[in-house]
Amino acid sequence: MELTPLDAIVRLSWLAAAVAFVIGLSRMNSPATARNGNLVSAGGMVLAIVATAVYLLFTPPSGSFNPIGWAVILVGIAVGGGYGLYSARTVKMTAMPQLVSLFNAVGGGAAALIAIDEYLRHSGVVPGLQENVATVLGIAIGSVTFTGSLIASGKLMGLRITPSRPVIIPGGRIITGLLAVIVVAGSLYLFTGNYSVAVMAAILAAALVFGVTMTLPIGGADMPVVISLLNSFTGTAVAMTGFVLNNPVLIIAGALVGASGAILTKLMADAMNRSILSIMLGGFGGGDSVAGAVAGPGGSVREVSLDDAAIQLAYASSVIVVPGYGLAVAQAQHNVRELAELLESRGVDVKYAIHPVAGRMPGHMNVLLAEANVPYPQLKEMEDINPEFDRCDVALVIGANDVTNPAARHPGSPVSGMPILDVDHAKNIIVMKRSMGRGYAGIDNELYSNPKTGMLFADAKQGLADLINAVKVL
Amino acid sequence: MNENIATTSMPIDLAFTIFVLAILCGIAVISKVPATLHTPLMSGANSIHGIVLVGAMIVAVGAKDPLSYLLSFLAVVFATLNVVGGYVVTDRMLQMFRRKPATPKAEKVED
Repeated sequence: MELTPLDAIVRLSWLAAAVAFVIGLSRMNSPATARNGNLVSAGGMVLAIVATAVYLLFTPPSGSFNPIGWAVILVGIAVGGGYGLYSARTVKMTAMPQLVSLFNAVGGGAAALIAIDEYLRHSGVVPGLQENVATVLGIAIGSVTFTGSLIASGKLMGLRITPSRPVIIPGGRIITGLLAVIVVAGSLYLFTGNYSVAVMAAILAAALVFGVTMTLPIGGADMPVVISLLNSFTGTAVAMTGFVLNNPVLIIAGALVGASGAILTKLMADAMNRSILSIMLGGFGGGDSVAGAVAGPGGSVREVSLDDAAIQLAYASSVIVVPGYGLAVAQAQHNVRELAELLESRGVDVKYAIHPVAGRMPGHMNVLLAEANVPYPQLKEMEDINPEFDRCDVALVIGANDVTNPAARHPGSPVSGMPILDVDHAKNIIVMKRSMGRGYAGIDNELYSNPKTGMLFADAKQGLADLINAVKVL
Repeated sequence: MNENIATTSMPIDLAFTIFVLAILCGIAVISKVPATLHTPLMSGANSIHGIVLVGAMIVAVGAKDPLSYLLSFLAVVFATLNVVGGYVVTDRMLQMFRRKPATPKAEKVED
């Protein structure tokens, strides 16, 4: 193939984009360079898109300028870009994870749509084996991640049709298995030299339903890992689209995300001490054992009054705040910072203990607290803060549950083996919580019946505001 | 088929070589990431597969029938949503990590 100068420039631009993606990702491994890395990656993306546009303008694949095709591109970019910009800029920091999952869903959807379109264009002619395989894989993987990510997003939003608890469909495993059989059998039929739009549609439908039945039984606490896994799937689907379209930049970027996404999924699962396999086979407690949750709280629970809590905090020499999801949903990150500053002005040493999976996703809590201008050095990761609980006067747990449950230290509990914050080592513990409701794991927290623990039943935001006032009048 | 790098086929061995090397690259590029960065990193990787927009554009310009235009339109909308939303939301997350000027050490690493 002779390369014209324009061909060469476009090819090199695609290569430069691929390089930018690799550099961008590697710079995102460290907090100091992460933001710059994201910009480098975005720059590569813009370059690839502009190069493609210039190329398609000067050498249209069909031989002549296609006005409808260009209208499709421009309107499509305006609509998708407009909504993307709007939603990404206006989303509350607490709702970010579900938005990321939504963006992942549409990425997979786009890959599947392209593969479907390419297949239909063959109109009766069986594509070559490699193209055939890539097309079918693109459709199947893209569809699974499309519906799977939408369900994951819905679970994080807590929609009624997709509750965050594991949803057990009767015979769900059998249905999921049957769907997989349909996809595999259909693919084999197409690979052996048959062209059938009906079979392709059957694969598409089965893969779409598979994404739903795969994700529904998984509990909300495992969603970050699932989203990361689906993110890796989308990368793979995009690489498949690259094979279909013979486009190197799609192959490189898709494979890059497919592989790095898989590694990241493993890292996330490790941080929660969960295996990817057990997550995919059904959420916390697994399918059948959910019903047999541990009977009643192990002992009596002591309530602490607002004023007592304020006194304990104000006259402590060191306080460790343990923020959890309850703080995030109540949007109380600013209040907690205010309370911390107030305590510091009284000479109390305040630190924050951040569990790797506090909030909705790993790293989510850091983002929320940073947004509230909590000084970065005060945020301590689990390994660093755990030894300090022994020396701390008051541990203030706000809306965190499973990550503080000492039940994780001994076997026989659904959270067994999960790394936890050693909150029970503190001299006094104040747990601010709306009710005695259970966390994601659906089990009682032994911390609450600890004699050192005082429960302060309140919504995180209101409770903190009241606490601030109570400390002020001391 | 006319000679066009957007449509002419690449030798499968070459395409597969690129694929495998890119996978190795993807594995190598994720090292020991602090848990703090897991979410932004996932979001950043998520934006990268928005590159599928390039494919959607190629398909849109080569479309000939209404169904094809519809499919490619949806693909362009989806892919652009992935790209724009992905990068902007990642940037918003990472914006939160900017260090206070009080830590001069961090600035040296910056550039």
